[in-house]
Amino acid sequence: MKTITYAQAVRSALIEEMDRDPSVLVLGEDIGTYGGVFTATRSLLARYGVDRVIDTPISEAAIAGAAVGMAMCGLRPVAEIMYEDFVTISLDQLVNNAAKMHYMFDGKVCVPLVLRTQCGSGRGSAAQHSQSLESWFAHVPGLIVIMPSTPQDARGLLKSAIRNDNPVIFIEHKMLYFTKGPDTGAECLPIGKAEVKREGSDITVIATSWMVGRALEAAELAANEGVSVEVIDPRTLRPFDTETVLASARKTRRAVVVHEAVRFCGIGAEISSIITENLFHELEMPVKRLCGSDVPIPYSAALEPHVVPTVEDIHVAVTTMATGAGRLDAD
Amino acid sequence: MQINAELSLIMYEDLLRCRYVEETSLDLFTEGLTPGRMHPYIGEEAVAVGTAAAMKPGDLTVSTHRGGAHLVALKADIVRVFAEYMGRAAGYSSGRGGPMHISVPEIGFLCSNGIVGSGIPIAVGAAMACQRTSPEKVVVCFFGDGAANTGSFHEGLNMAGIWKLPVVFVCENNGYAETLPVGKGIAVQNISSRAAGYGICGVTIDGNDVEAVYTAMAEAIRNAREGAGASLVEAKTYRIGQHFSGESNHYRTESEVQMWMERDPIRLFRERLLERGLAVPGELSKLEEAVRDAVEQAVQAAKDAPFPDPETVLAGLYRDPQTLGLGTP
Repeated sequence: MKTITYAQAVRSALIEEMDRDPSVLVLGEDIGTYGGVFTATRSLLARYGVDRVIDTPISEAAIAGAAVGMAMCGLRPVAEIMYEDFVTISLDQLVNNAAKMHYMFDGKVCVPLVLRTQCGSGRGSAAQHSQSLESWFAHVPGLIVIMPSTPQDARGLLKSAIRNDNPVIFIEHKMLYFTKGPDTGAECLPIGKAEVKREGSDITVIATSWMVGRALEAAELAANEGVSVEVIDPRTLRPFDTETVLASARKTRRAVVVHEAVRFCGIGAEISSIITENLFHELEMPVKRLCGSDVPIPYSAALEPHVVPTVEDIHVAVTTMATGAGRLDAD
Repeated sequence: MQINAELSLIMYEDLLRCRYVEETSLDLFTEGLTPGRMHPYIGEEAVAVGTAAAMKPGDLTVSTHRGGAHLVALKADIVRVFAEYMGRAAGYSSGRGGPMHISVPEIGFLCSNGIVGSGIPIAVGAAMACQRTSPEKVVVCFFGDGAANTGSFHEGLNMAGIWKLPVVFVCENNGYAETLPVGKGIAVQNISSRAAGYGICGVTIDGNDVEAVYTAMAEAIRNAREGAGASLVEAKTYRIGQHFSGESNHYRTESEVQMWMERDPIRLFRERLLERGLAVPGELSKLEEAVRDAVEQAVQAAKDAPFPDPETVLAGLYRDPQTLGLGTP
């Protein structure tokens, strides 16, 4: 089967939607002439010209604000914020304007913008270029938050995000851009729908973004030891596909949530709470969270890998829980 | 520039309507009929009215937390304005937004905004959209002297400069950023001088002179429409009223407020109309009475309007929620 990288998948989605709909345009830092720091927008400038591929100054507040203004006036802007850490500069526009306008103006205005950014550690980018802030956005009513873990999901969900009339925070991962997956075509994928990435019967792992691959590796190791792990990728964090997650946890009666973002107030707390509130009496043991450590991401290669869940961490957790060792100590 | 008789009288009527709506909304607050506080525009009306008179139908407006008079000057339905202030279903935002959160697309009023400076990048985006899809339109972006110190101002005006956007930034310099006097927050004499740093036109005008506002705005809007790019028009005026209703006034002197009341934009323009023989006192008194009556009728209609149904409070977070796997609420 033909394969495609995650970066190519993002680019394909942009090209397909820009070809389809002249109101779609992209803006951001170094996205035009340079083609994007992670190559996601390469070739777009030559194809669509400066009116639709807009190189901006380093002005994250105004990039987001301009996207809001364009979206209110009938365009479908896809703004790129180069690192998720820089979205902190854009927050006023996203939180106070984009997220609220549809409700606050009682439907008079909609804001069909997509803000693409990329998160996470793994490249020695250190404390201000490595964060995972998805729960900040998921905490704001009115935003849609998507975190694709595969090329296919990136392509299909980005296309849906662009076509959707609501503001979408689309969080890619820097360690995934050059990973490959099957090229399954240009189909849109549904927002708000989790996917079971691997079926299993003993324990459920709910993982996001870069951690999905690690969960699948851990599931493979566990399978060799006779433990059957179901791996679920929510793909969309807001709105959240409660149904798929509960169906799996009801079946396996054990659940682990894995994400790279820090534990405290991370999305894992919400997912764990959803499972516990609904299935308390059916669970064999408390839901476990494997998360990033509560520190900034350190720079040194000797330190950085130690603050993010590893394949081994997940492997140990699922086998221990599934073999009836009961509650693991919180770490 | 001397304005013709017809437009002069229209502007005078609009000034009155703005003033009476603002005064009436303060009464509503005092009577306990508004859940939140008002940000009165009293004393600054010439800026809204002169600007609105220079705009064409189809032009777009981005407003502020003190945006009631912008709406009135743009001929919004004042029943719906009052209804929104009182949180009624007939309000422009069905009672969900309040005085700082209104959008009236049918008159080009994109939004007001409760965050100081936050409207500026939105206006930039609207101007980018106009430049690409409706080159006949211009965006007018209101904000105060306080907003001129935000990052949004810098980022937004810079973009307007590099892309020659069809937007006019109207800085309503009313002397105070909330309670901070402008001289303590800004080191230059004229905020308009900052325009040079963005490669756009900057001009400072008397914001209490409705003709001066009209003239400057007409030129800035014409330039924007003809592709000559953005302008920053600083209208120096004074907030005779408080920053918000119920606020203590101890940060400024009585004599300062008094001095500016002598320069009340409505009074100044009335005197000018009479001097020029464009109206006789009896005519103006009659007009004043008629506008006051209309505002009173409007506020009564709004007072009679029902509240929104609490059953609706969770609806409308997303457009087309069924596209998000949420079903129809």
